[in-house]
Amino acid sequence: MAELQFREAIKHAIDEEMGRDERVFVMGEEVAEYNGAYKVTEGLLDKYGFKRVIDTPISELGFAGIGVGAAMGGLRPIVEFMTFNFAVLAADQIINHATKVKYMTGGQADCPIVFRGPNASAGQLGATHSVAYDSMYAQFPGLKVIYVSEPDDAKGLMKSAIRDDNPVLFMESEQMYGLKGEVSDEEDYIIPIGKGKIKREGSDVTIVAHGKMYHVAVQAANQLAKDGVEVEIIDPRTVKPLDLPLIIESVKKTNRCVVVDEAHPFAGFASEIGFLIQREAFDYLDAPVQRVTLPDVNAPFSKKLFDAWFPSPKQVIDAVNQVTYRT
Amino acid sequence: MAKKKTDDIVFAPRGIGEESDGVVQKGVDLPPATKKKHKALGLSEDDLKAMYEQMYLQRRFEERSMQQYQKGKFGGFLHLYIGQEAISTGTVFAFDDKDDIITGYRDHGWGLCRGITPKEGMAELFGKATGCSKGKGGSMHFAKAENHFWGGYGIVGGHIPIGAGLAFANKYNGTGKISATFFGDGAVDQGALHETMNMAQLWKLPVIFVVENNGYSMGTAAKRHTVAEIVDRAKGYEMKSAVINGMDVFSVYEKMKEIADDVRENSKPYFVEIRTYRYRGHSMSDPQKYRTKEELEEYQKIDPILKLKDYILSNKVADEAFFTEVEDRIEQEVLDAVEFADESPFPEVEDMYDDMFVEDNPYFHV
Repeated sequence: MAELQFREAIKHAIDEEMGRDERVFVMGEEVAEYNGAYKVTEGLLDKYGFKRVIDTPISELGFAGIGVGAAMGGLRPIVEFMTFNFAVLAADQIINHATKVKYMTGGQADCPIVFRGPNASAGQLGATHSVAYDSMYAQFPGLKVIYVSEPDDAKGLMKSAIRDDNPVLFMESEQMYGLKGEVSDEEDYIIPIGKGKIKREGSDVTIVAHGKMYHVAVQAANQLAKDGVEVEIIDPRTVKPLDLPLIIESVKKTNRCVVVDEAHPFAGFASEIGFLIQREAFDYLDAPVQRVTLPDVNAPFSKKLFDAWFPSPKQVIDAVNQVTYRT
Repeated sequence: MAKKKTDDIVFAPRGIGEESDGVVQKGVDLPPATKKKHKALGLSEDDLKAMYEQMYLQRRFEERSMQQYQKGKFGGFLHLYIGQEAISTGTVFAFDDKDDIITGYRDHGWGLCRGITPKEGMAELFGKATGCSKGKGGSMHFAKAENHFWGGYGIVGGHIPIGAGLAFANKYNGTGKISATFFGDGAVDQGALHETMNMAQLWKLPVIFVVENNGYSMGTAAKRHTVAEIVDRAKGYEMKSAVINGMDVFSVYEKMKEIADDVRENSKPYFVEIRTYRYRGHSMSDPQKYRTKEELEEYQKIDPILKLKDYILSNKVADEAFFTEVEDRIEQEVLDAVEFADESPFPEVEDMYDDMFVEDNPYFHV
């Protein structure tokens, strides 16, 4: 095991895949000469040159589409968005083209492409830089959606994403790039897409949390442990395909579940998990499934308001208390 | 300052009804056609005959499609290319067969030109398993990837960056191929075009952007939806450009060959406006109240298929017997295609799940 920052783990994955496959290239805003807005692609230009590490203008729709065409033409693009908040401008290419071209041509064209970048909020950046898009994209058939929480997951899943022959969205977080963690130094370390992980074992309540929310859940779990409540944390890592059996197995053990999701509440990841648990484990539940999400409100700037808006460990603890009837 | 009356405020310029001076307004002004004869263009007599067959096939295929649509044999949208056949035909003859072509939803002519058989095409319209896209695409999504025709796309302008992406892959792999992306005058107003033109020029991509300006963005005349001359969009990107008479297959062939050679040689993009006219409505539900019958008749007088027929006859490349044979044969081929489509099976319901993902056992959320 080696200790790496989140950003380094992603870079190592990209570097290894570029090394083993000439067709893999990186494009996006500031990825080359600037070394990446968040330094994820640092050093790749020096190593692979301007042919394979390509700075784009601020034209998300255009370069996402060029990526889709390049993938159809036999390449394996990694398209970086400075944040998925900006990828909204490219949504036509992601939703209408990358995910549909194979289907509507009756299988004649493939689109092996990775769209990656930070997702959701990163502090006081205002309403347009703070949205979590993983649930929204998971709505669309044909997309695989990954939103990881730790460097080890980032490395193993990024390599899988690049090798996948379908369009994959790989989501990160500005606030996690500096996060350090042990990363497997196994040669060619691969984590299959669609496999979640039990990251903390516990018998009292299951918390499902991914991406940045995983860390909020960990804080809550540590606090709850002091009160003698043992939380089991499941990080699905991949939003879609979803590792449902892992979640259901845990709920059957704990009989209680809280879903922590960084998206707004309506029709998101949390509501989907809630539905699936009632369908698959209704008789095992000792309490209704609860969720902690953002409110149905835009991200405010003011620190006081932002802190109230962003899901907190306190809210997770309250939800756990509710499902364990400790209130 | 006097306050202006709100009744005088106009946004989109007015269209039909403004012109009451007896002059027939034209959707597009055609540039002069080439004066060169086929030999000077490097076209053999067999080429001319093949061009005629191809154009006639596109015309009859679509006329029969329209009839089948009206008979209720299939649903969805049906956007006809009738009137614009010289563009697909002239271009495909000018290009190498391996060059990549991508277009919008008015795609039947392009598909037939790039080797989709009338049977595969008609079956796709009917939504049958034997269609070129297995009945998953329909009228707007004809494709023949093995012949480098990447398909028709349904979002106006959405396929423009994809065409540039194919050019990117060609440059990356050093294939020596070029790509061309065709779209209508309506797509000129989409941001996707402008973002892509900028990157294509910046990165020197071997791509040709081609506007098939048929005068109307659905029901909105070009002068009502876009400012200045369309071809001049190229200037802002320092891109080479050309205007071509799209009602004349020789003109399309001549210029597109020149342009393809230039793009292949220099790996720099080109912006082309081909002026043409569609005889039918935007789609089958279009009552065409935005143009006059007289205007349509003006263009039908210079129909590209009849023009080529006249040329072939007057230059004694072939005689009437040739046309009788070709037209009868194609008529039968199209009728056979209709019968084939009608009798072909629909896809099985379980086929619905195929072609979503590459792997054999993909995940579907339930």
